[in-house]
Amino acid sequence: MSSVAISSPLSRTRTVGRTNREPALIRWLLIALALVFLIGFLFLPLAVVFSQALSKGLSTYGTALTEPNALSAIWLTVLAAAIAVPLNMGFGITAAWSIAKFEFPGKSLLITLIDLPFSVSPVVSGLIYVLLFGLQGWLGPWLQAHDIKLIFAVPGIVLATIFVTFPFIARELIPLMQAQGTEEEEAAIVLGASGWQTFWRVTLPNVKWGLLYGVILCNARAMGEFGAVSVVSGHIRGMTNTIPLHVEILYNEYNSAAAFAVASILALLALVTLAAKSVLEWRLKEQAVDQS
Amino acid sequence: MLKRHGVLPGFSITMGFTLLYLSLIVLVPLSATFLKSATLGWDGFWAVITAPRVLASYKLTFGAALAGAFINALFGLLLAWVLVRYDFFGKKLIDAFVDLPFALPTAVAGIALATLYSSKGWIGQFFAPLGIKIAYTPIGVIIALTFIGLPFVVRTVQPILEDFETELEEAAASLGANRWQTFQKIIFPTLLPALLTGFALAFARAVGEYGSVIFIAGNIPMVSEITPLLIITKLEQYDYAGATALAVSMLIVSFGLLLAINGLQRWSQLRRA
Repeated sequence: MSSVAISSPLSRTRTVGRTNREPALIRWLLIALALVFLIGFLFLPLAVVFSQALSKGLSTYGTALTEPNALSAIWLTVLAAAIAVPLNMGFGITAAWSIAKFEFPGKSLLITLIDLPFSVSPVVSGLIYVLLFGLQGWLGPWLQAHDIKLIFAVPGIVLATIFVTFPFIARELIPLMQAQGTEEEEAAIVLGASGWQTFWRVTLPNVKWGLLYGVILCNARAMGEFGAVSVVSGHIRGMTNTIPLHVEILYNEYNSAAAFAVASILALLALVTLAAKSVLEWRLKEQAVDQS
Repeated sequence: MLKRHGVLPGFSITMGFTLLYLSLIVLVPLSATFLKSATLGWDGFWAVITAPRVLASYKLTFGAALAGAFINALFGLLLAWVLVRYDFFGKKLIDAFVDLPFALPTAVAGIALATLYSSKGWIGQFFAPLGIKIAYTPIGVIIALTFIGLPFVVRTVQPILEDFETELEEAAASLGANRWQTFQKIIFPTLLPALLTGFALAFARAVGEYGSVIFIAGNIPMVSEITPLLIITKLEQYDYAGATALAVSMLIVSFGLLLAINGLQRWSQLRRA
């Protein structure tokens, strides 16, 4: 939603002097309270997913993941992410280059506009494309006359996914490239490197961990998006269902074990994302220390 | 204008592409939505966004989002404090886990919370004998909105607390302040801008949330129906004008919140500098 939300928390514990410590009892009470809150809100929901997924045994679990509708949902989710993530990566890199390496008026307005999709409700994010390309929409009649179907079809899902993941990579790269300045690139250009060479050999190696960080967050959201995709998909089984939409259908049919089985793939993806994120935050911290 | 970095190439082409992509994906579709709502006329627009069922959904959406953001402000501050100031087993793991609501798809969170807090669920079963229903009531909506907003306050307060000069606390202590006084008078005022920013971020996210809420809400009109769901309901009834009017009212609120958050962050940075 905002720069602070995803900014790398470079945590370190301060050695706090004796006068600045709470009594041991208060300390343990606060820690216990924090843990109870986390268990109720984070650990148990995650545990429920896996326990429900396996509640009817491994064979039910396997069947739920390999039936044709599940496989087509997995395929569509991977396809949407495979289009949305590289496009937003290309945009993120170009936007970061123009914003971080040059001075121009209206820069902070541009950065705010790039962040806009984060403050739009997922449902509204889907709706705006229905209003533009749907039958009732501005371009609907023209598209229908030319037999092009975007809404309630795969292109709509891809578009909605691009919209909701739009800022992830740009907002990761812009502050990073701004902090790194332009001296290294200027030196490369003065020494005779072309623009491309400078980008590939100087800029990209400097931002590779930040870029990867943005890509991982972007991918997690792209594969998990529900509200926006739900509006544009039309829920056609085996055709326009992504993994989260397939989970919804199974759950609403009271097929809880199958719903949680499919949901468990997304939960695993979330865990992998968190692990990768932690490793990258550590890398970024090391890099920041090296450069300072 | 470009004097300072005149050596570097590629400004016009990268800026051109950035503006083109931004316009095509974000600005044009958003403007089209505003234009579409204008076709309703002011009276039509006003009639849609003030219908009783819509007003009930606003009350629930904003009320529950506010409650969730309050819970998060309280526990987010506690979590940030515990993670920065204390050492205990598993701290690194817990620190990484705080971001789970960002990483876990909302639909998965929704069905997990609904199962957990239903009257037969692991947590819900303890409340059912007391006559408290959590899932399929407005309390369930608050639970879901607390879940998805959880990381915001922690992640805004944590860095401020890490940079906090402990000398100030030592000075307060040596002047005879007790721990609670030091926290109240020295630490809390420094954290306040970040705390408010985190609160506003959690609130803004909660207002638009859909996926994690609809499974646990029960979605009873006038009682536990959130505004984003009402947009979907209108769409399913082919009431495009009504859906658009609701969407525009939500967009206006979102943009207002975005402005407020930007202001808060600027204040926060001024306080840090």
